[in-house]
Amino acid sequence: MREFRYDVIAIGGGPAGMAAALSAKQAGAEKVLIIERDRELGGILQQCIHNGFGLRRFEDELTGPGYAHRYINMVKASDIDVWLDSTVLSAAPGGIVTSVSPQQGLRVATGSSVVYSMGCRERTRGAIRIPGSRPAGVFTAGAAQRMVNMEGYLPGKEVVIVGSGDIGLIMARRMTLEGAKVKAVFEIMPYSNGLTRNIVQCLEDFGIPLYLAHSVVAVHGKDRVTGVTVAEVDAALTPIPGTEFDVACDCVLLSVGLIPENELGRAAGLHIDAVTGGGVVDQFRETSLAGYFAAGNVLHVHDLVDWVSQEAEIAGKSAALHALGKLPPAGEHRPVTAGDGVRTVVPQRLSPPSGQLSVRFYLRASRPMGASILRLHADGNVVWERKLRVVKPSEMIVAEISWKKLGSSDVLEFTVVPAPVEADSEPAEEEVA
Amino acid sequence: MTRHVHAIQCIGCPVGCGGEVVIEAGAVIEMRGFTCDKGQAYAADEVVAPKRMVTTTVRVDGGTLPLLPVVSERPVPKDAIFDCIRLLRSVVVQAPVEADAIIVADALGLGVNFRAACSIAEA
Repeated sequence: MREFRYDVIAIGGGPAGMAAALSAKQAGAEKVLIIERDRELGGILQQCIHNGFGLRRFEDELTGPGYAHRYINMVKASDIDVWLDSTVLSAAPGGIVTSVSPQQGLRVATGSSVVYSMGCRERTRGAIRIPGSRPAGVFTAGAAQRMVNMEGYLPGKEVVIVGSGDIGLIMARRMTLEGAKVKAVFEIMPYSNGLTRNIVQCLEDFGIPLYLAHSVVAVHGKDRVTGVTVAEVDAALTPIPGTEFDVACDCVLLSVGLIPENELGRAAGLHIDAVTGGGVVDQFRETSLAGYFAAGNVLHVHDLVDWVSQEAEIAGKSAALHALGKLPPAGEHRPVTAGDGVRTVVPQRLSPPSGQLSVRFYLRASRPMGASILRLHADGNVVWERKLRVVKPSEMIVAEISWKKLGSSDVLEFTVVPAPVEADSEPAEEEVA
Repeated sequence: MTRHVHAIQCIGCPVGCGGEVVIEAGAVIEMRGFTCDKGQAYAADEVVAPKRMVTTTVRVDGGTLPLLPVVSERPVPKDAIFDCIRLLRSVVVQAPVEADAIIVADALGLGVNFRAACSIAEA
């Protein structure tokens, strides 16, 4: 068994791991390693062949592989070490990262800092408990995406999509272009969980119906799926008797949410946020485990890769400063909580400021709302607010707030409340305080 | 002269502005609700001649992967999307392929090239 020593190790070579490694390098870390279990870097971007990536990060509209390749080229141009085909088995206190690979066998790398960047997994049929038999032909949307876009197989010809997450919407279009008939998308919530642009360009463009407040109550078929029974649901998401109808299909794709892949953290005793499913972090993206940082979908599920890259730069830079002994030791934390109208906020706590002028918060609303006001309360007083034109749980809210506003209160809480109706409505998002 | 008001949902970026385009005698005379130049251009196009970016895959011979993702350089007319897909379905490229290489030039005479979205190495 060979042992290696690094300043910063990123576990996972997708967009978060690559951006974290590059920013760690920029911030002065000398020896940086990315460990990736696939045969190439890029992570899930490699199978997302549609366009729409990078509008913020590169001010260009790229495909997933195109976005990945810009980062892969930057990693190649640096002296960051990359271990491909290597699965991390454990990441222990002290930054001891144990991995295996078919070519290299067991390798132990010790990092002064480690960045969790393992991404997320799809919720499966088991996770949402769809009743009925267990025939072939039921896939998660992401698994189908890999089959169609990378391996060249079409998983079915008559398709029903369950859940309106972005991957499901993207796959509705992709399957249609490849000659399949997508019969409908069924979403249990009364609103869509995908980006509006994807409802338009993936469903409406092709006349694919989207049924809101509908749930699959049975899957039919013995060897191969032959159809599903669908029912409307009430406000408590319970199927309404008498509203059931059948849809014949030979393929069911599930797009019902993503879960951060935190097995390594959990095994090490990582303090996890019950709502995001990711670690609890401070503004440096440092977790409850000393020297361990987190970025990207393993921290909380993003809808845009551009935000993943940006957040990973914070984690990577902090990881480098920690490795160089320049990050102040974690002292007293102040909690940042999600109040009325807010489902999640990252970071969930603040350490004392260290040369930063501001903190970038990533939030998700708990329900769709029209024009709203995002507020930050410090010990109950509103210290910052911003108008939002429209609020959707599927679209992350990003707020950069200066330390002057954050002050030194004990508790910080975000809320989103409907904006009072004004005669002269303001079209653009604007900071008002 | 009859005026038509079209409700358009912009797909230019994740902000997803919704707005209206007012058409008179086949020409755009007014637009409301779009917050950037790109959105204005999209909305006007969407009423007169809708276009979309097209992404799909082509087969690869002798590569590390069997498929190469390809992307249109610019949006193509919406009614030509399926014809573009059909054309690309018949294309087979030989590995290695460099990112941005032109895979199909001037597809269907639309004046739009399809390019490799990434590179693929020789197996």
